[in-house]
Amino acid sequence: MPVIDGKALILAFSALGAGIAMIGALGTGIGQGIAAGRASEAVARQPDAQGDIIRTLLLGDAVAETSAIYSLIVALILIFANPLVGLL
Amino acid sequence: MEFFPKVVFVLFILGESISITETVVVTWGIMLVLMIIAFLVGRNFEKIPHGIQNVLEVLYEGIGNLIKVTMGEERPGFIPYIGTLTLYLTVANLIGLITFRPPTADLSTTLALALITFILTQIEGIRRKGFLDYLKGFFEPLAFMAPLNFLGALTNPFALAFRLFGNIVAGIVIMGLVYQAVPIVIPVPLHFYFEIFSGILQTFIFIMLTLTFIAMAAD
Repeated sequence: MPVIDGKALILAFSALGAGIAMIGALGTGIGQGIAAGRASEAVARQPDAQGDIIRTLLLGDAVAETSAIYSLIVALILIFANPLVGLL
Repeated sequence: MEFFPKVVFVLFILGESISITETVVVTWGIMLVLMIIAFLVGRNFEKIPHGIQNVLEVLYEGIGNLIKVTMGEERPGFIPYIGTLTLYLTVANLIGLITFRPPTADLSTTLALALITFILTQIEGIRRKGFLDYLKGFFEPLAFMAPLNFLGALTNPFALAFRLFGNIVAGIVIMGLVYQAVPIVIPVPLHFYFEIFSGILQTFIFIMLTLTFIAMAAD
């Protein structure tokens, strides 16, 4: 049975961790979907206010996206700038 | 696909070595191009605009309108800053199309821009409300919520910076992966989404959030 050295183990679990971190984007996806659905309803009810509604939707989406962006940054750091390998 | 920007050359000043990365060099290039265009157009403004002056006038009026809509009043004083952000971020986000690395794919750039916005927001808050009322704003609605309010104000620029950085870097990483998997045909439509659409949208979101923060600080 081949011996697994510590570094390989850390890299393997970091890759796994990066994948798991992106689960955080799930909530954002759902939230943005709900927001977009409501925005379409609002446009259907009041087509005149389309510009305002789209602007508000984009702004709200940008704020809601923050948690997904944090997940992404964690995943990217785990893959490209792994701080854990240095601890070995 | 590179996560970190390449070091183009190293400066030695007073025994310290400073790495000049691709980010800085591309930013210089963008500054140079924007300044040359601004100089050439600004040199002879005409009563009846033609050519590129039309484009710039539309941009100026558009930003003026955006400020009016978000802040509820005309504030021409903000047009230079917001206009600079718009021009710089648009060019910076789209420069990936001509194979350069976008400067916004570096946390240093986005954090610097977000800190400028943050300081501007605080100054505007102090100027509009007075220093005491500005401080009092942190102790509302209840005094013991002050730490939360301080933290909320401090994390805003980081969220702003990470949002832009994350979106642009995600585009670079995904495009890099796609190019490794299928180097032809498939990446072409993805460029439209990850570079053109996402780049312009992120510019818009950055300036909208800047305006919203300033408007929120003022009332």
